[in-house]
Amino acid sequence: MGEELDKVYNVELKPGAGENYVCHLTKPEFAEKMANKMPTEPLPDDQMVEVALKRLDQLRKERKSLQLYLDICVRCGACVKQCHYFLGTGDPKNTPVGRAELLRKVYRAHFTISGKLFGSLVGAQKLTPEVLKNEWYKYFYQCSECRRCSVFCPYGIDQAEITMAGREVLNSVGLATKYITQVISQVYKHGNNLGIPEAAFKANCEFLEEEIKELTGVDVKIPVNKEKAEILYLPPSADLFTNTDTMMGVAKVFHAVGADWTMSTYASEAANFGLFFSYDDIKAINLRVVEVAKKIGAKLVIFGECGHAWRAARQYMEAMNGPLPFKFMNILEYTAEMIRQGKLKLDKSRNDDVIVTMHDPCNMARAGDLVEEGRFIIKSVCNNFVDMDPNAIKEKTFCCGGGGGLLTEEIMELRMKGGLPRATAVKEVVKSHNVNYLAAPCAIDKAQLPLVMEHYEIPVQVGGIHDLVGKALILEGQEEFEAEQAAKAEAEAAAAEGPSVCGLCDAEFATMEECCEHAEKEHKISKAQCDMACEPKK
Amino acid sequence: MAKTLKVGDKELELDEDGFLKDPTQWNKEVAEAFAREEGIELTDEHWEIINFLRQYYEQYQIAPMIRILVKEVGKKLGPEKGNLKYVYKLFPNGPAKQACKIAGLPKPTGCV
Repeated sequence: MGEELDKVYNVELKPGAGENYVCHLTKPEFAEKMANKMPTEPLPDDQMVEVALKRLDQLRKERKSLQLYLDICVRCGACVKQCHYFLGTGDPKNTPVGRAELLRKVYRAHFTISGKLFGSLVGAQKLTPEVLKNEWYKYFYQCSECRRCSVFCPYGIDQAEITMAGREVLNSVGLATKYITQVISQVYKHGNNLGIPEAAFKANCEFLEEEIKELTGVDVKIPVNKEKAEILYLPPSADLFTNTDTMMGVAKVFHAVGADWTMSTYASEAANFGLFFSYDDIKAINLRVVEVAKKIGAKLVIFGECGHAWRAARQYMEAMNGPLPFKFMNILEYTAEMIRQGKLKLDKSRNDDVIVTMHDPCNMARAGDLVEEGRFIIKSVCNNFVDMDPNAIKEKTFCCGGGGGLLTEEIMELRMKGGLPRATAVKEVVKSHNVNYLAAPCAIDKAQLPLVMEHYEIPVQVGGIHDLVGKALILEGQEEFEAEQAAKAEAEAAAAEGPSVCGLCDAEFATMEECCEHAEKEHKISKAQCDMACEPKK
Repeated sequence: MAKTLKVGDKELELDEDGFLKDPTQWNKEVAEAFAREEGIELTDEHWEIINFLRQYYEQYQIAPMIRILVKEVGKKLGPEKGNLKYVYKLFPNGPAKQACKIAGLPKPTGCV
């Protein structure tokens, strides 16, 4: 392991450090929109425990995996130092096993014979409203469901499932965060996380079409709401707000291979925040995708550069919403395949200004087998690529610090602390290989990592993989356009250097600049409007 | 305790993110007061951006895509200023969160 990253593992314990990080509580207008029916305000204390226990009992009976994870942990602690929030905060409660124990203690006390008989001797503790409000609500929202701990757990306990169950119990008593419920509400109203209404979504796509035309001279379409299409594409809606280079790169790929594709304003979001909230909402959000795909007769649904979208699709869509009359894949798989088939004309040298490393989004690497495609694409479109420390990439990737529904301002300090291991691994390759581009194919990463890099003073640009693809990809007609533009610029430059004539008095000058000076002095024509008087001598 | 913003002799209610609870209360004095809190002195260039944000929001009920904003800044204030760096110079905490707040738009949410 690199020396710097090694130091991150030497954590000074700070019990209780995580208690200061509390997400804003939801509002009734968001809570009431959730598919997972919940009280719109926290229940009174005298009702809380009974409702929570009933929900926990229901969940463990419905989800065999959860029951297994509750029983099987031997508290070996292998997960502790694998959690970025523990490494950043030093709070022993802020560990995978620490958070899971919140749930297990209650489970033992209320649902096991040994717990009922021997209580705290066997690590059982009865649930109280204070425990729910002060411990559960704080600590279950300090897990980003990244599942790095699960890679190191000898039993393979899926910590994200535990966090999800914890949050579902919290929902049942009216304790949920504003950030997550607001985002999910936006999806139910506008079809996407950002809440971009249909008219704005369409206008954004038209604007990006014009941008591509201006840059390449090529008419690339970004279709929205086509009635029939082979491919339904789901972007993270942030690609229509901040990460426009990613969206343009994807559109260019589809154009280059002649794909029949569309986006839909009913399901204009790859992300599925249900994963951070409840099974019911995962299903309801995925359902929108399934409905549109069926309606337009799509044979293929493609998910954009979004990490957890891939988990919500890969691991839940078929089971919850199936059988599916279409195939689905990730845009990284699609583009990699197009490159393999030789369908994209790529000029790597167009990315010679960057030395790239790649951050694996947790849910691509650990929940969807997507580790090689991204690297394959980057190496196909760039000459300079270097991987970070093997302990910080692929299935051992570190979370950016903002996943799991924690990308919200009020816990910014926690987000920066959670970003420490990732930042340290990036810093090492910046030092050793002058890396200046951190490729992160996920919208949460693209929002969180620039802040983390700034916080730890690491001079890298953060961007998508398709941003790089878009730069290297040469479309049909683009080179002719570029040659014309270059010739035009050259002619203008040559004209500016060469002899000129003033059209108003026929005086001749050695350069355009001298002619412009003359025109200003003699004919009162400002230099900005010099072309009204001066022209190159023929 | 609810957060408030003092504007003249009025105290306006803010939400937990520090944005106006009632967006219809926005006016130029509110923008000045927000900017003061954020340590920004509003110049004509700031106002070009604020006015554009409001005009766009009125038409589309959402903040403009950053690229649209940057292009507009280039058109209005000159091509040398039509870049994200310049916008960040005016609003160091970014166009999405800081400029929107001062302009009285709701806080953009999602993966931003």
